[in-house]
Amino acid sequence: MKKLINSADDVLADALKGIEASDGNVRVDHTNRVIYRAEAKDSGKVAIISGGGSGHEPMHGGFVGLGMLDAACCGQVFTSPTPDQMLEATTTVDTGAGVLHIVKNYTGDVMNFEMAAEMAADAGVQVETVLVADDVAVQDSLYTAGRRGVGTTVLLEKIVGAAAEEGQDLASVKAVAQKVADNGRSMGMALTSCTVPSAGKPTFDLPADEMEIGIGIHGEPGRHREPMADAKSIAKQLVDPILHDLDFTGAPVIAMLNGMGGTPLIELYLMYGEVVALLEAAGIKIERNLVGNYITSLDMAGCSLTLVKADDELIRLWDAPVKTAGLRWGL
Amino acid sequence: MTSSTLTLDLLADWLRRFAAIIDENKTYLTELDSAIGDADHGANMARGTAAVVTHLDEATTIDGLLKKAGMTLVSTVGGTSGPLYGTLLMKMGMATGSVVELEPDQFGKALRAGLEGLIARGKTELEDKTMVDALSPAIDAYDAALADGADLWDAVDAAQQAAAAGRDATTPMVARKGRASYLGERSAGHCDPGATSSAYLFDALADVIGT
Repeated sequence: MKKLINSADDVLADALKGIEASDGNVRVDHTNRVIYRAEAKDSGKVAIISGGGSGHEPMHGGFVGLGMLDAACCGQVFTSPTPDQMLEATTTVDTGAGVLHIVKNYTGDVMNFEMAAEMAADAGVQVETVLVADDVAVQDSLYTAGRRGVGTTVLLEKIVGAAAEEGQDLASVKAVAQKVADNGRSMGMALTSCTVPSAGKPTFDLPADEMEIGIGIHGEPGRHREPMADAKSIAKQLVDPILHDLDFTGAPVIAMLNGMGGTPLIELYLMYGEVVALLEAAGIKIERNLVGNYITSLDMAGCSLTLVKADDELIRLWDAPVKTAGLRWGL
Repeated sequence: MTSSTLTLDLLADWLRRFAAIIDENKTYLTELDSAIGDADHGANMARGTAAVVTHLDEATTIDGLLKKAGMTLVSTVGGTSGPLYGTLLMKMGMATGSVVELEPDQFGKALRAGLEGLIARGKTELEDKTMVDALSPAIDAYDAALADGADLWDAVDAAQQAAAAGRDATTPMVARKGRASYLGERSAGHCDPGATSSAYLFDALADVIGT
C-alpha cells in the first residue's frame, strides 16, 4: 500500500485538520468529528445533516456550506458515523425549525441514524429522515438490505439544501428530498479495487483484463465481472439498467458522470460523451450535468452514472446559489 | 476451579478477554469482511473493544458495566457492529438490574433480552447470515443446558459449541441483510464476519469461567 498518510489509524483525524486548514467556510469539531458551516444558518430555517463513512470525498464534508449541508458527520473510512456524533450535530444545527437527516441506505448508516433520531426526539428536536436508495445494480427485494444509496445523494444534498435555504418548512423540505430520492437512479463500474488504509491491501482482486459492473462505493464487489471493453460498451452497461428501471423521457434530467477517485478526468469526459449520445438516442434531454469526482471510493478506478428525473421546481433549486468546497455557483 | 455464578469482576474479565480475542483475530475478521463486506470489521471491533476495556474498572454494578460497555461500542465502532453489539450489551444491562452477582439463569435471561434487542435493531432473522446465526443457537443451548440441570460451566460449554456450529453454518448461506446481501449468490461460500466475532463472545466466556 502506498498512500499519503501518517498512519492508518490517524487518516480521518489528520484529514479533518487539512479540511479545516483548507476551507474557511467550515469549522471542524475534532472531538465529535463533525464538519459545520463556519457561519450558522439563519434562525427559523430547516437544517440539513448528512454523514457516512469517510473515503467518499468530497461527499459529505465538501458539501457543507451555503445552499447545501449544515453539518456532515464523518465516520471512519467506509464506516458509518455513530449516534453520538449525529446527535451532537443535530442539536447544534437546529435553529428551531427542525432537522432533516439525509441517509444513504446502508444497514449501518440506517441503524446509527435511527438511534440518533430517537435520541434527538428525546432532546426535543424535530427530525425527519430521507433514505437514498438509488443503485439499480442491487435488486431491491425483501431478501436484501435494499438498494444502496450512491450518486443521487450528491444531487439531493444540493437541491434539498436550496429548499431549506429559501425557507421551506420541514415537511416541504422532506417532500422535496423524497421527490429527488424517488426519481434518482445510479449505476457504477470499477476498473480496479480500492485499498482501505486499515486493511493495507486491495479489498478485492480484479485482473488486468476484467472489470466489475454494478460496483458500490466501498470496494464491495459488484454483481458480475466481465472482460474489459471499450468506453462505448461500458457506457451502454451503465445507461441500460438505469433506463430499464425508470422512464426518463418527457422530463428535464440532471445527470452526473462521477469518478470513483482513481480515474483521470479525460476518461470521465470521454465517458460522459458516450453517455450523452446514448441518452439522446433514447429521447432523453439532459438539462443540467456534473462531470467529475463527487462521490468517490478512495483510490478506485471507475465511474458511475446518476440520473435524476427532475421538474421545473427541482431545476430551479438546482440553479440556486451554492458555496461549498465541492460545488460552487451563482455567487 | 470453575465459577458457579457470574460476578461483576468475572463479567469485566469476560469483556476484557473478548477484547483480547478480537485483537488477536482482527486481521482475520477483516479478511472475512473483505470477501463479502467492506473490509473494516476487524479494525472497528478492535477499536471498540479496546475502548470498552478502558472503562471496565469504573463499574460498581453489573448493569452499569454492561450499559457503559454498550454505549462505548455504539460510540466507537460505527458501522453495523456498533449499534448491534452496543444494543446487545445495553439491553443485557437493562435486564440485570443493579446487582454485583448473577445466577446462571439470570445471566441467561439477560443474554436473551440482549439478543431480542439486537434482533429488533437489525430487523434480522435466523439464516440471514448475520451475528444472530451464532448468538441465537448459543443462547438456546445455554438455556436448554440449564433446564436439563447442567451447571454454569456445562451450560457455557454448550453455548460455546452451539455458537461455533452456528458460525460455521453461515458459510453456505446467501446473505439477506447488510452489505453482504448485495452480492446475492456470491455471498455463499464465505463465513460471516459478524457470526465469527459473536462466537468469540462465548469463547471468551468459556475462558474466564474455566479459570
